[in-house]
Amino acid sequence: MSLLCVPPHPSRRAVLTTGGALFAWAYLPRFARAADNRDPRLIVIVLRGALDGLSAVGPVDDPDYAGLHGDIALSLAGPHAALPLDGFFAVNPAMPVFARLFKANQAAVVHAAATGYRERSHFDGQDVLESGFAGPGHVATGWLNRALENLPAGDRVATLGGLAVGPSTPLVIRGAAPVLGWAPQSLPAPTGDLAARVLDLYQHRDPVLAVALQKGLDADRMALDDQMNGNVMKPRGGLDSAAGMRQAAQGAARLIAADDGPRVAALAFDGWDTHVNEGGATGRLATLLGGLDGAFEEFEKGLGERWKDTAIVAITEFGRTARINGTVGTDHGTGTVVLLAGGAIRGGRVIADWPGLKPAQLYQQRDLAPTSDVRAVLKGLLADQFGLSATALGDKVFPDSAAVKPMPDLVA
Amino acid sequence: MAVATKAPDSALPDPILIVFNRFGLGARPGDRDRLAGDPRGCLKAELRQPDIAMIAYDDPAYADLLGSTPAIQASMAAGFQRKLDRSLTTAAHTTKAAATAMTGAAPMPSAAVKAKVPAGAPPAAAAKPATPPVEATLYRAEAQARFDKALRVEVGFVERLVYFWSNHFCVSVAKDNIVRASAGAFEREAIRPFVLGRFADMLMAVERHPAMLFYLDNQQSIGPDSRAGKNRQRGLNENLAREILELHTLGVGSGYTQADVTSFARILTGWTMAGREGRLGEPGSSVFNANAHEPGDEVLLGKTYSAGGMGQAEAALNDIAIHPATAHHVATQLARHFIADDPPAAAVARLVKVFVKSDGNLRALAAALVDMPEAWSTPLAKMRSPLDYITAIRRAAGPGPTNDPGPSLNWLNALGEPLWQPPGPNGFPDQADGWASAQGMKVRLDIAWQAARQVKDIGNPNDILDAVIGSSASPQTREAVARAESKQQGLALLLMAPEFQRR
Repeated sequence: MSLLCVPPHPSRRAVLTTGGALFAWAYLPRFARAADNRDPRLIVIVLRGALDGLSAVGPVDDPDYAGLHGDIALSLAGPHAALPLDGFFAVNPAMPVFARLFKANQAAVVHAAATGYRERSHFDGQDVLESGFAGPGHVATGWLNRALENLPAGDRVATLGGLAVGPSTPLVIRGAAPVLGWAPQSLPAPTGDLAARVLDLYQHRDPVLAVALQKGLDADRMALDDQMNGNVMKPRGGLDSAAGMRQAAQGAARLIAADDGPRVAALAFDGWDTHVNEGGATGRLATLLGGLDGAFEEFEKGLGERWKDTAIVAITEFGRTARINGTVGTDHGTGTVVLLAGGAIRGGRVIADWPGLKPAQLYQQRDLAPTSDVRAVLKGLLADQFGLSATALGDKVFPDSAAVKPMPDLVA
Repeated sequence: MAVATKAPDSALPDPILIVFNRFGLGARPGDRDRLAGDPRGCLKAELRQPDIAMIAYDDPAYADLLGSTPAIQASMAAGFQRKLDRSLTTAAHTTKAAATAMTGAAPMPSAAVKAKVPAGAPPAAAAKPATPPVEATLYRAEAQARFDKALRVEVGFVERLVYFWSNHFCVSVAKDNIVRASAGAFEREAIRPFVLGRFADMLMAVERHPAMLFYLDNQQSIGPDSRAGKNRQRGLNENLAREILELHTLGVGSGYTQADVTSFARILTGWTMAGREGRLGEPGSSVFNANAHEPGDEVLLGKTYSAGGMGQAEAALNDIAIHPATAHHVATQLARHFIADDPPAAAVARLVKVFVKSDGNLRALAAALVDMPEAWSTPLAKMRSPLDYITAIRRAAGPGPTNDPGPSLNWLNALGEPLWQPPGPNGFPDQADGWASAQGMKVRLDIAWQAARQVKDIGNPNDILDAVIGSSASPQTREAVARAESKQQGLALLLMAPEFQRR
């Protein structure tokens, strides 16, 4: 399999190009091959603040890595040894679940990836990542919602809508397709009669608020039914804490595992902007990665039988500088990782056209150069899981991106 | 629905609702009648009151507040003590273990441990759990003062300006204990004194404040070629420089480059806070550390700033503060906050003109907002932010001033706008989408119900409706409140009504 990463090699890029061309004719999206009893789900986790891909999945065998990433570089030696993936890359030791899934061929990494955005503003970067547009300035709808919208009329996945986890709806899933909102409950609930009266008032005076409140009540009811089955959830922390991430995943898993639950979900985890004392195998970033790893575990547990058809993708607006800054952290950069997990993923692979870390190989001599487009990964997942056509993906879901081909074969 | 008298949507919004929802913090019973005569005038009157934005240290009501320097000192001392306690505990465990290992017997109950603690030292472990950390105490006292002020002001236009600027120049208490201890003081020292003053002065006060230097990491940024940079293996951190350009002043996409960010980061090196030992100055105060400052001239936005210590960054900030891009950025944000998510271009253009002509005079900008026809004609389509919403609830129905900021802080947490804890340096969202989410509306319903149930003597909800929303209440809202099954339900319906949610 030519997309598997091997240590950098002069002709590697050429090999890959050939590989891509070969796939062009041999490739059929997973969806087209699927037996009818498949029931695919897609979970998108947005890591806001720019994840340092080189500390999440370190190119430990790259001769320039340790020098650039300094004290926070991952290493295969020492008390907090990184967990080897394929001889060249190793995952942060805070992510044992991901490493286990990788070994079981249920997790994969796309490295040196970036969206089409090349500036370094978080907020524009997140808008591009989540809106799916080629540039910033589009904040009304997100690509995941438009993917639902562009499914054939009456499609079950489209009818079931999406799930947004957290106190506010992440941009990636905002839009015209129906979206359920849910966050861990923390206040005593009023009577249903008051809710009905307020809804009635909104239906006459403020339809927008009527829709929002109705969705909030629906989500709450589903989660509440679950609590009656003995699964009581108390708020444990914000979505920038490891406990909060785990809890959000736990609740989301229950909602999307249901037969009539949403088939796509979006979560946003905060706190990845590690300018100072980022830490490597231990420390601040490792704690957050542990939270993300916990979220993977909760999804695996909570989805039960559904796990085998599920794909989870964790994406971030851009990477961080390859060289650590003056305060043992990293500043805003470019290339980073996309993490894939789930029973549906054709895992056990680090997919990378590794650009190298020599000064001239770095983007603007400072960042990991991007060689894969995050949109290609997302398109590949949408095509494989839900059968969206390359045309719909290139025009509607990710406007003006026809040149970015869906990455084939991500789903087993 | 039989009542077909739908309010004419084309009619201008009620000017009193404009005053209290768009510009203010919500009407208290009696406020509408008192201010009905001259809506514009009552907003302008707030702008004329000297010191209206201030929360004074010498006010006995705010005796628990500290300036940022003593607040940070208290936090540093507490942090040091916590560290000491931790190492003592570790030492105690080690001693115990060693004693057990040596004698092979059960450890003597604490005798060996006690010997290690200096005589007269407080029994740290026993007394601690009862006392909250000093940072939490300071944070709550600051929250208390802020909520109190919001309930006492007449209209609250200037308070809204304070919240606007505080969110524009936000810090987050989640960053660390120093920021938790000083976030309230930061607002009182760097925001409040300037909300009716010059933008450039606010900018300067903000960027040199220890809370901001900490929040955006500049206290650790060291010029690579400075004396400190050569001695230690530390260097540049461009976080503060980038966010000043992107969020505080010029705005993203206004033409600055990565080279400008890096060069500005070098200019800002040395802007830091004096540490606990006081080598650079009074501990916890903002200081310039010449040893950490990158020597040499720097080019920023095409202009060369000659080497000159602290003055180099001051000169750069003064130029950026009056840059046309800054005028446009600030004008757009103000218009978005007070008029509409997509502000009318003419309104923005007028504000830009005022900004440029008045040298960034924020009182003039606020007055221009009040004078703007769009402010009185644009429908109230924005959502009240969570802070706005809970303040409006408390002003309309209570609870009034209390000694416990806890319930309001909990409401803000549940609504996703924890006080002084935004998710990132761009602050909390300022558009309706951000707050009219499914989950957000569900929590608003919970809070409305909780608030309504807490009111001791509700009176007639129809009267509260008249007092708080008045004649502009829609027939449907009026009917919903009138037909409620209980006074509590009637009040909760009023607090959920579109006329109460929108601003």
